[in-house]
This record gives sequence, C-alpha cells and structure tokens, in this order.
Amino acid sequence: MVAPVKESKPAFEDLEFFIDPSRCIGCQACVQACGECDTHRGTPMIHLDYVDRPTGVQTAPVVCMHCEDPTCAKVCPADAIKKEEHGVVLSAAHPRCVSCSNCTLACPFGVPKQQIEMQLMIKCDMCYDRTSVGKKPMCATVCPSEALYFGSREEISSKRKESPKNEFQFGAQTVRTKVNMMASAEAENIPIDVADFLPENDISAFAQKRNGAPDVANNAVWEDLERLPI
Amino acid sequence: MNSKIFQFNYFAFLIGLTFAAILLVFIYFGSNSLRDFDPALRGFAITSVLGAFAVGYRLSVWLQRPPSRMYFNRGMKLAWRYPTLLFKSSGKKMAAQTFIKERSLYRWIMHLCLSGGCTLAFAVTFPLVFGWIHFDVGALDTIYKVKVFGVVVRELSVHSLEAKLMFNMLNIAAVLVLIGLVLAGWRRLTNPGVRAVQTFVEDILPLLIIFAVTTTGLMLTVSYSYMQGRGHSFLVWVHLMTVIALIFYIPFGKLFHMFQRLCSVLVSLYQKAGKEGEQADCVICSKPFASQMHVDDLKTVLDQLGFDYRFATSKGEVHYQDICPSCRRRLLVVNQGKMIGR
Repeated sequence: MVAPVKESKPAFEDLEFFIDPSRCIGCQACVQACGECDTHRGTPMIHLDYVDRPTGVQTAPVVCMHCEDPTCAKVCPADAIKKEEHGVVLSAAHPRCVSCSNCTLACPFGVPKQQIEMQLMIKCDMCYDRTSVGKKPMCATVCPSEALYFGSREEISSKRKESPKNEFQFGAQTVRTKVNMMASAEAENIPIDVADFLPENDISAFAQKRNGAPDVANNAVWEDLERLPI
Repeated sequence: MNSKIFQFNYFAFLIGLTFAAILLVFIYFGSNSLRDFDPALRGFAITSVLGAFAVGYRLSVWLQRPPSRMYFNRGMKLAWRYPTLLFKSSGKKMAAQTFIKERSLYRWIMHLCLSGGCTLAFAVTFPLVFGWIHFDVGALDTIYKVKVFGVVVRELSVHSLEAKLMFNMLNIAAVLVLIGLVLAGWRRLTNPGVRAVQTFVEDILPLLIIFAVTTTGLMLTVSYSYMQGRGHSFLVWVHLMTVIALIFYIPFGKLFHMFQRLCSVLVSLYQKAGKEGEQADCVICSKPFASQMHVDDLKTVLDQLGFDYRFATSKGEVHYQDICPSCRRRLLVVNQGKMIGR
C-alpha cells in the first residue's frame, strides 16, 4: 500500500505548543497517543514521571522543548541531530546516530532517550509527520486537562491567567525554545532553581521543598491542618 | 548539512591535500611505477584523488568539532587499552551491522545489500583503477596472470569458474546494490514516518546517484557482451560522470556516515572505560546516572561550545551536568509549579 499523499495544509501557521505541567493529572493518555506517532511508532517519547511518588501523585509531563540553539545537536559527535525550517529539532538521523548518549546527558530538559540495542537516540519530534502537514501533535489532541495544548496565542490567552514563556534560565545559561511553558505573567523568563532541591540529611529534596502542590500531603499542607482550630 | 563545511578551513585543506598526496604515492608505487596503470581508467583515478581530498577535508572539519574531537582523542588512547573490543566492535558495528537488525530486519537486509554491494564494487574498482591489480595474458592467450602490486600471484584459465566470478564481480555487486535500492526505494515511498522527515538531498539523491552508477555500469556489460560494444565509449563517459557525482556526494551528504560511523566503535571503547571507572551520582537524587568521565568530558565540551550551565548557589557551584536527566525533568516541572503558585 502506498501511503496517502501529504495534505497540502501549511505547517504550524499561527499554531504553537503550550505546556502547563501543573495541570497534568497523570492519566497517561499522552503516553498512549505518543506511541501512535509514525516517526517512532510503538515507542512513546513523552516523559511522564512522578515528581515524588512517596509523598504525592503529581506527575511531570515533559516533551521536547525544541530549543532555538539545541544543546543536544551541538554536543552530537556525529552531526545526527538537525533542526528543520520551522524550528522543530528532529530525532537523530538514523544513519549517523552512534548512541553515545551525549545528547541525553547534555539536554537541560532531560528529553532524548537512548535505544541502546538499536544504537539510536529517539526523542519527541513534535509529531513531525502530523505538524508538518498542519495537524496537532498526538499528545496535545488527547490531553484531557490541556496540560499539553496546541493552538494559537489568542486561544491560550483567552483560556488561562498564566502567560506563555519560551525562555528558561539554567544558572548562567539562557535557553530559548519553540515550545512555550505557562508561567506567571510578570516573569521575564522561567528560572530553574537548583539550590532549594539539593538534598539535606539524606532526605529527598522533592519531598521537602515542593510547596503547595494540591495533590500532595506535603509539609505545607500538614502544617496548615495543624493550625486549623479543631 | 552543517554550514561550517562550506567555510574555508585552512587546516582541513592541508589534511585534504595530504590525503590526496598519500593516494597519489600509493597509486605510483602500487602500480609498479605506473607500468601496470591502465590509462583508460585515468578519469576514474583523477576523480578518486580529488575524492580523497574532499573526504580528508570533510573528515578534518568533522573532527574539529569539540564533541567529535573528544571521542576521537579518547578513542585513540582507549584503542590500545581494549584491542579485542576494538576488533569485536568493528566486526559487529561496521561489518555485520547488527544494530540495524534491531531497528528492523527489512532495513538490515536492505542495508547489507547496499553497503555490501558498494563495498564489493569499491574493492574491485579502486585496485583496478589505481593499477594495484592488473591482468596480463600468459604464454597461452587463454591463461590470465593476476598481478597484485606488480607481483604475479595467480595464473588462471579464462574459462575457469574462478575467472568468470572475477570478471563478473562488479555485475554481482550491481545486482546486490539493485536489490538494496528497490528495498530502500519502497520504504521511502510507503513508510509514512520516513516520508515525513526525508529530504531530497539527504535521502533521495544518494539513492538516485547509486542507481545511476549501478545501471550505467551494468549497461557497459550489456554493451560489450550483447551489443558488440556499441555505444561503449559513450557509456564509459556517462558512467564516469555518475561516479564523479557519487564520489563528490560522499563527503558532503548522507553517505558520509560510512566514515562517521567509525565513531560508534570509539563509543564502545569509551563506554567500556566509563563502566570500569568512577560513576557520577546525581547531586539531587544521589543515584548514579553516567560515568564520571563522560560527565566531566561533557562539561569541557559544553565550555568549548560556549554553553554555561553552572549555578552559583549558597551551597557552592552546581553544574547542570551533575544532575541526572530524570531530576532535570522534575526540576523543570516543580519550578514551573512553584512559579505559578501550584
């Protein structure tokens, strides 16, 4: 069977990817849908980790953020990672990837996955088979809480009080991305704080330092309960 | 394609010249001081020398990139430490290519046909073109002498099976390549995932060039075997043109992976050394996630590339390379949640 000819609908137009991990309910619909993507059929690329399972059920969905100056591509010794014309950073080129793990270790978002036996890095390519012909990525079409959202800026601003940011500050390094993350409106970028998460006395930093997550009986919640006049 | 390839690189130019010069020296001495050199094949020889320059240039540009240089330097030292692994890994990754079987059996067969056929064809044509292998007629005109580097190594009857195999080696290679091309072409036409990301220059053009080389080569056989040599000189010219296209596509397109994949052998050595050495523990979750050598080397490579993922904290400097990928994902999400008050 010859595959159908690509639709002529232009790629992306005014559509962008917006993610708000704090809305994630951990349903795994994105994981199932991701495995349907033709470029890596059967292998989900989205990461869905528990932030700290012993103390809560908050999940962390992470897709490739598609950096403007991708660290993964720069550290690749085999020139295997390319950014295409719309700014999508594609999975490693099959003939070139030597599965050295440089990209996996260097990506600030922890995205690339290694298929050691295949000697291949595979990662989220924003469902390039779909987005390149004007469709939405699989994960965003199935996410029930719209933690993963693909649409126009007008649509997202009418739905949310947060505003999209595509700049992250990792210590001294500023990273700009194609994918947006929802953040507070007044913030210039999203700073990644490390200091607060360094472990103390061998206690998991995530259990101790995560404030106010609604799904978790963390310290802050218990302290509030203790203050209740009962 | 990396745009840096097309910026003039003085060092790479010198390396390219060195490659071309070495090949010229090998042609001269390998062909018994040109006595066994076949002038009819001079076009192919000149193309090969220019091709050696281009491959040397491209290899040098590639190895000047910080991550490639890191693996090359480390790999050269580790090759002495693990000679058995070097041999085994080369056999598995470069010859048997079993990793492609893990990707798909179809692609493994396809690639073995293409790489095997092309390697066989190169193994026949280059020595003939350079005059390293030369055929002389013996005392009887039905006896052929095979001369390698000017020394007669074998005498055989032109009617023997061995001679028939030898004279048809390129046709056998061509059939192998054609099978590989049909399999590759079918995949590129029908696999939706492949179709989505393939580009003409990177994925289709190399197949067309190899097809052109193979078919024009086969037409030479057809011409002298079945058409009394009609159109032979014209076909030789067309075949030469396709070979020039192939030789110059190799360093600057997809086919350069035949050289870049040598890096995969160095990666085997590097990973073995990493496993035997100290492991890096994540500064957040305290679990080991990579070899300390790899983490330290990447810090150096990132510095060379102009990235600075260092955090100045009250508890001292933290490099993002000291945090495992899983913790990086969780840090991203927790920081975002903290920012918007969730």
